[in-house]
Amino acid sequence: MRKSLFRILSVGPIPNHIAFILDGNRRYAKKRNLNEGMGYRAGFLSLMTLCKYCCELGVKYVTIYAFSIDNFKRKPHEVDAVMDLMLEKIQGMLKEESIVSQYGVRVYFIGNLELLNEHVRQAAVKAMEATSNNDKIVLLICVAYTSTDEIVHAARESCEAKRARVRSSGAREGNEEELKVVDIERHMYMGVAPDPDILVRTSGETRLSNFLLWQTSNCVLYSPRALWPEIGLRHLVWAVLNYQRVFPLLERRRKQM
Amino acid sequence: MALNCSNNSRFLSGFGVRVFPQPGKLEFDFARLIMFLRWLEATILDFGDEMHKVYMWIWSSGDLGLRLLWHILHLILSTWYFIIGLMGSVESFLISSGLFKRYRDLDISKVQYLAVAIDSDEALQTLKVLELLRWLEAIGLRKVCLYDTAGVLKKSKEALTLLLKNERMSSETASDPLVEEKCLSLEVISFSDGKQAVAKAADVLLKKHYLSSNTEKPKLTESDMTDALGAIGYREPDPDLMLIYGPARCHMGFPAWRIRYTEILHMGPLKSMKIGALIKAIHRYTMVHQNYGT
Repeated sequence: MRKSLFRILSVGPIPNHIAFILDGNRRYAKKRNLNEGMGYRAGFLSLMTLCKYCCELGVKYVTIYAFSIDNFKRKPHEVDAVMDLMLEKIQGMLKEESIVSQYGVRVYFIGNLELLNEHVRQAAVKAMEATSNNDKIVLLICVAYTSTDEIVHAARESCEAKRARVRSSGAREGNEEELKVVDIERHMYMGVAPDPDILVRTSGETRLSNFLLWQTSNCVLYSPRALWPEIGLRHLVWAVLNYQRVFPLLERRRKQM
Repeated sequence: MALNCSNNSRFLSGFGVRVFPQPGKLEFDFARLIMFLRWLEATILDFGDEMHKVYMWIWSSGDLGLRLLWHILHLILSTWYFIIGLMGSVESFLISSGLFKRYRDLDISKVQYLAVAIDSDEALQTLKVLELLRWLEAIGLRKVCLYDTAGVLKKSKEALTLLLKNERMSSETASDPLVEEKCLSLEVISFSDGKQAVAKAADVLLKKHYLSSNTEKPKLTESDMTDALGAIGYREPDPDLMLIYGPARCHMGFPAWRIRYTEILHMGPLKSMKIGALIKAIHRYTMVHQNYGT
């Protein structure tokens, strides 16, 4: 049934890259009288389901906003719970029989990984190495990420690269060229993937909360009211149909930019 | 006795009251009900079979069949939006006629800075943009930022400001001291004030922290970037709310640095803009609660 639906959708343009803001896990736990940890676990199950659907549909890149730098402001026990869950799931990814191996998922961890604790950071690096040969679909997990931090990081790297060029060339001619947009974009964390085509934020909130602000110039925003653990096939199908509806306009705008 | 009972039944049934159905008659009705249900079931199953046959025919017709189904899906979507549009028009009309109390008592002070992003093709309708600005002024907004990708609004900025000023002058006496307070302060930006501005600010930081100092790894922070953007002329605050007028729900390249926590609402095409929808959007913003990550 799902495969038939995806076959029909494939008549029109399929988005290459979909981004998700996983909002509403805590509200879901409250609604169902569970503890918060269970809310995050339910959220993880939704994530796996949605990745599977995206893979079947033919989406090549999926980005998720797992943990923002702003989220470090939460109570320590909450932050620890999320970090522990993340460590557990990353270690799960490294196993042979995991979903990432089964579906050929290449994983990237995007963000200021220096802000994470040692165990999580090492596990993340290991997972990136272990999945580097997978080529079916790319999953970009944004942890310790904000868009403004990404921009500042990119600016810092561009400045350092420029200074190195000026010093190595010795003369003053390096100073004649100003830093350009391409220099900044070259050093963005999200440079490993094209710009997203659709950005889905669950629980009905309509703000981007410092996520992919630079990359969403031409991206369709979609805010279903469902909480993240409640997201399902119908939301994905609705998002893709809306994307297909405005695709000619987006293509025209992309060429103009 | 039996005669009396049957006389009573006839008397009461004359008033349309079904009384004590005869024993044999009950069984007969039950049997008819069962037959009717069976007929209904058979009809539904036949219908299901027919639909399945049509579906398999479409499927086996290959690409053509798939294309037909795809178009049907999109037709359903368009019909849905048409119905939503109609309901929206009715609601806007009711809101603008002051029917709902909550929209009459709008707390406009919550919207410190409003951004309006307009599709560049639609921004060419200067009179429509002027009408929108008039509405925003009437609702009570004082600081508005207009954005379009191609810079069309930058070209019409002077005309818009002049027309707004003229209207204000003609409607109020010149000696009214409150005229200046009621002015709508307008900022107009385009795509080049986004990514290119950040690149220019990075250049400022390069010259300040990297090329002229000997510090090996200067620690650039977000406030350094904000200061650099201010140094090249970008000092306006971040918008609280952004309204998008255009065919797609997309911020069209609005300066990334400024929309961290901005609520983004899609209002539809500019030509079908309604004041009721505008009031509803602003009211919806005033009800939102932000955690800022905590």
